[in-house]
Amino acid sequence: MIEFELSDGQKNMKKMINGLAAGLMRKWARWADDNEHKRVDEWVNFMWGALRGMGGGMGSLERKPKPAAEGEKKAKKVGSQNMQLAVMVEELSWGDGGLYLAMPFPGLGGAAVMAAGTPEQKERFLKRFTEGKPKWAAMAITEPGAGSDTAAISTTAVREGDHWVLNGEKIFVTAGKSAMDDSEGFVVVWATVDKSAGRAGIKSFIVEHGTPGMKVTKVEHKLGIRASDTAAIVFEDCKIPLDNILGDPEVKKGFRDVMATFDATRPMVAASAIGVARAALEEVQKQFQAAGLPVRYGAASNNLTAREKDLMMMEAQLKASRLLTWRASWMADAGIHNNMEASAAKAKTGRAVTWLTQKAVELLGPLGYSKKMLLEKWMRDAKINDIFEGTGQINTLIVARRLLDYTRAELK
Amino acid sequence: MVSFMPSDDQKMIQDMARDFAVNELRPKAHDCDENDAVPEPVLQAGWELGMVNAVLPAECGGAGMERSAVTGALMCEELAWGDLSIALALLAPALFAYPVMEFGTDGQKKKYLPRFCEPKFLRATAALCEPAFDFDLSALKTRADRKGAGYLLNGHKCLVPLGQSSEFYMVYAALDGKPGYENVAGFIVDKGAAGLKTIEREKNMGLKALETAELKLENLELPAENRLGGDQGCDFKRSASLSRAALAAMAAGVGRASFEYARQYAKDRVAFGEPIAHRQAIAFMLAEMSWEADAIRLLSWEAAWELDQKKPDAFKEAYLAKLYAEQSVMWITDCGVQILGGHGYIREHPVELWLRNGRGFAVLEGTATV
Repeated sequence: MIEFELSDGQKNMKKMINGLAAGLMRKWARWADDNEHKRVDEWVNFMWGALRGMGGGMGSLERKPKPAAEGEKKAKKVGSQNMQLAVMVEELSWGDGGLYLAMPFPGLGGAAVMAAGTPEQKERFLKRFTEGKPKWAAMAITEPGAGSDTAAISTTAVREGDHWVLNGEKIFVTAGKSAMDDSEGFVVVWATVDKSAGRAGIKSFIVEHGTPGMKVTKVEHKLGIRASDTAAIVFEDCKIPLDNILGDPEVKKGFRDVMATFDATRPMVAASAIGVARAALEEVQKQFQAAGLPVRYGAASNNLTAREKDLMMMEAQLKASRLLTWRASWMADAGIHNNMEASAAKAKTGRAVTWLTQKAVELLGPLGYSKKMLLEKWMRDAKINDIFEGTGQINTLIVARRLLDYTRAELK
Repeated sequence: MVSFMPSDDQKMIQDMARDFAVNELRPKAHDCDENDAVPEPVLQAGWELGMVNAVLPAECGGAGMERSAVTGALMCEELAWGDLSIALALLAPALFAYPVMEFGTDGQKKKYLPRFCEPKFLRATAALCEPAFDFDLSALKTRADRKGAGYLLNGHKCLVPLGQSSEFYMVYAALDGKPGYENVAGFIVDKGAAGLKTIEREKNMGLKALETAELKLENLELPAENRLGGDQGCDFKRSASLSRAALAAMAAGVGRASFEYARQYAKDRVAFGEPIAHRQAIAFMLAEMSWEADAIRLLSWEAAWELDQKKPDAFKEAYLAKLYAEQSVMWITDCGVQILGGHGYIREHPVELWLRNGRGFAVLEGTATV
């Protein structure tokens, strides 16, 4: 039955997080942006406590869609993890896009372990999120010479006796410093065991905090999401145990498994973008209302003022983005393969949110430009969503290949 | 619980509409547009499938099915995918019947609804649009002034579907010329009423197969019992919203049609030694056309669902859904022509028809209903 009502549980959770976001997150938002690379302890400690109360957030990592066989869709019971997460992430990001990413949380690294790890690895690496001091996990893929073309990475993993030895440089690692220097976290590193084998040679390896030969060399100064540390990590003859290769080494399709986690995480990136954009939209609505400017829903679109039309299109674009994102999340919950829909949601949302937040600053003139309001920050924060976890162009490419039923060779 | 899965019943209606569109509408679309006509047998076939009267109450002879804007949206999208002109012709009678069903007095329901359950396709319609560039539902220029116990109507309507051949019309006018949705009233006007003039059939850029007409109302006198809902009137905001949700759903259908056709063309057409779909410029356009059509659909679904649930935001949702749909479908159908290049400009391919029809969404109001 087609419907759009959140469950009572989801509504309550949204309300609760909204309260948290409005209070704690907005309180620190400007300070965290001005003090790039300084941790907001009140935020980190509060969320760590909340996370441990939720069992370390493991449940939320079990999101990999299990494709259902034809005709089986109806028989399956539809879960709600992904929808739940989409609502939560939107609300947290509405609070602050940077602080949301700076949460001590298994994150993308944890999601990879959940998706591809052996039971022993899940225990070894994820249990830490249920106890002790705040921890972070990170995912290191991008290199100076390899961004969108992940298959071109050249960080190597060579087997030497009872170790893997990693050599290479990773950049743009979200929470890289938090995970590796500031907590007992870990990073999942994509490396190649055989460059000549291309994709097939790429595996994931888990590197613990404090491992000799691993060094966080830099934290970036960014346009936005400054509360989140973005690190460069160098591996120089970095030795890790043999059983730190993610998953069962006998299993050949490691690359695809980890790529599949993106089907689950891309809608969440879109959800985050939607939260930031919603904050911007609401600010503009609030300012217009305070100034007594009418917004005449129901008037002929040709008769709307430019302001009204812009505002309404912002609202409509946000709704469209959210619906596409919910669709992808729902499909994951229903066990329906959602590779195309996840990428479509992210591509569309990335673009819509960039436009919306930039338009919001424009609409509020000098006020929008001033740091007296958080609006200019939200514009800067929103931009990342069209870039990380697959740029808008890459996600559009994925959608196009699916729709055209084309391989990489047919559509570059 | 949020869900994007149609129920079994919804799926059944959707499948029925899709089969009809594939077998009856799409094959005829080109000729209908060239000949400015919808064949009678198609209208009759749609009628017999219950597209209009399935939701009419059993006591009038209808199937008494629960009326759902969401189910209607599913049906509207499929029919519009087949052909927008024929879809609007098939559903035009609902423009009269549904407001009567929802807001009519007992007398009005008894008098008119059984007619819609007769075996033959009944030509009836609503008159809403007016021929002015600043036409606005919330500020109608057609006015209904009180005269004694009845009303006096004056004004000018256009884009009235089946406007020349209809037996009766639901004419919307502003009470005493006052603006605002709350001042809009519906009036039942019979063909041949004194003061009603149907002007020549219109010629439009698109929707050529759909017979539309201008109406002139000159001191048209009506008794009180011809006002929809009597003294209570009607909830015009709701009617307008149902229409907007339906039009948005239809825009999704037209957008999807354009995307699918352009996709196939791009895979077949070779230039510089490869299918043009191998080029990012084309492939990216297709990807965006696809998710835009999906976005239009989902917005229409959410608006329709809010209308079914009688949510307080339904009016705004439906308005925004249509606002988005009319802009997006114009872009999609323009891309459809662009991808076919020179061939897209020729009437042998349907993309130019979909572009002409696509532009119509920004102009149409109250010409469809779920």
